[in-house]
Amino acid sequence: MLKRLRENKSSQGTLLISPTLVFMVGLLIIPLILTLIISFGKRSADGNVIYTFGLHNYIRILGISSDCPGGQAICFDPLYANILWRSLTLAFNSTVLVIALAYPLAYFIARAHPMKRNTFLFMVLVPLWTNFVIRVYAWMMLLRTQGVINSLLGWLAGLVGLHFTPLEMLYTPGAVLVGMVYEFLPFMILPIFTSLEKIDNSLYEAAADLGANPIRTFFRVTLPLSMPGVVAGTILVFIPVMGTFIVSDLLGGKQVILIGNLIQRQFLDARDPTFGSAASLILMAMTLIVTFFYTRKFGFGEEIVAA
Amino acid sequence: MNPYRRSLFIKIATVLVYAFLYTPIIVLIVFAFNSSRTNVLFGGFITQFGPLVMDGSTVVQSPCGPFHWFCELGKNAEVMNATKNTLTIAIISTLSSVVIGTMAALALQRYSFKLKPFSQLSLYIPIVIPEIVMGIGILVLFSQVFTFLNGAFNLAGDSRLTLGLPTVIVSHIAFSIPFVTLVVQARLQGFDKSYEEAAMDLGANELTTFWRVTFPMILPGVLSGGLLAFTLSLDDFVITFFTTGPGSTTLPIYVYGLLRRIITPQVNALSAVWVLVIFSIVLLIQKLQSRAA
Repeated sequence: MLKRLRENKSSQGTLLISPTLVFMVGLLIIPLILTLIISFGKRSADGNVIYTFGLHNYIRILGISSDCPGGQAICFDPLYANILWRSLTLAFNSTVLVIALAYPLAYFIARAHPMKRNTFLFMVLVPLWTNFVIRVYAWMMLLRTQGVINSLLGWLAGLVGLHFTPLEMLYTPGAVLVGMVYEFLPFMILPIFTSLEKIDNSLYEAAADLGANPIRTFFRVTLPLSMPGVVAGTILVFIPVMGTFIVSDLLGGKQVILIGNLIQRQFLDARDPTFGSAASLILMAMTLIVTFFYTRKFGFGEEIVAA
Repeated sequence: MNPYRRSLFIKIATVLVYAFLYTPIIVLIVFAFNSSRTNVLFGGFITQFGPLVMDGSTVVQSPCGPFHWFCELGKNAEVMNATKNTLTIAIISTLSSVVIGTMAALALQRYSFKLKPFSQLSLYIPIVIPEIVMGIGILVLFSQVFTFLNGAFNLAGDSRLTLGLPTVIVSHIAFSIPFVTLVVQARLQGFDKSYEEAAMDLGANELTTFWRVTFPMILPGVLSGGLLAFTLSLDDFVITFFTTGPGSTTLPIYVYGLLRRIITPQVNALSAVWVLVIFSIVLLIQKLQSRAA
């Protein structure tokens, strides 16, 4: 038996991969299937799941309601649709901002002297790996009414003799946007850097020789060739922004409720796991659809692994 | 044309983006030495050892001097317990995922078998679905299975199956495996198979070849995969949040709970230690990768 195994390359491979498959199937694929099954179910009085088959949870998220104030048979309740829309627009805005901030930095690092490149990259990795929750806390300290930014502004106003009313920055949609941009910026810098680094320098020389000015060179050479990095970075930023609930929880307070907060509350406070499961699957569907169309349009780079 | 020439715009933008990345971290660390207990305002650095007047009235014994909040942190039983949990989870899940992930990388890179395309695809799932979806899925799995088993075997009291360290560890192994596998796979792609063939030709069996030739060559990849898994586990909030029980609080979960109630410079001291630890790990990964390259 052992000898036969040694001869058989295919069963050796299967043997080596099997622990991984146990984890991937057991803790990824089966949980997803279970989430799907539960999302058709109902919540029992004590918060458990009653296995039924109905689309009521999905109908509820989409806002089709039979409990109408005007007494109609059916009407639109935009509560959850608004949350979905807010999450989508926030993810879109964060991604665009992150690209705008990440690109110049990635470009700078890619064209730095090779000896210095690692140091600059290292400087991107340290904030990336500093704990997520701690980084949100840092922004709480900065943005609070009595926080660092307001103290600094107040001090500056005092210097020139102006009266200063502290700005209300924490617990606003703006705070959530800044937090998201801060949290996920490194995820965009690394893949853009990877694709920019690959561009052969002779292409720039050729462009310059042929009379292209720097701006033209950027739009005709640099940008198109770095698109795989931008695409990979977009996937790495857009998906987590859609699903994160800590940033909106700590920086948005009760003002900014995203789909992540909605899901989290169904499992902890409101205790309807069936509705939470449906919301979770809608979130997954939204990210997969966006990723699919986006990658089909722009291609899918290997840069995603680099980050 | 100088290949390293960058316009003034790029340079200014770079300085600003780095400032954006580092200002919050620097503020965090500075406030870890704050001589105000409420941590709302910066009351100046703690400069003295022994009794210390804070916020105008309160006298605090500070034998540690400037490191007052770090000593307080050491005395905080909840923090120490959370640190112990965090490290236990990180060490066990790293060791397991490194072994399992390296095996998977070898399988995917060196062998062909029926489930190969499916296996490779499954490793990308955690990258393309939001972490909360995976966390919810695992929570649903454990809670349904535990409810069933507790009912089926009439388990009650302490013998009831609940969420705790084992569920967190198993989940951490699951999300670390793909990262280890991809890192080791990248390392395997770049190396010449003829070394192994030479060893075999010289009479080494497969096991000897693996330990004497293959393993030393992929070791940098295995180590950086392991460090990656270790930092991912230390850092994880979302998956842990949904798989943790009352006795298995980790540091990120503890800090999150604290932030919703009160804020003390202890959290800043914790953050400062954290940044230092992460700084060292990232430095180590970079050293390993530059040696590997």
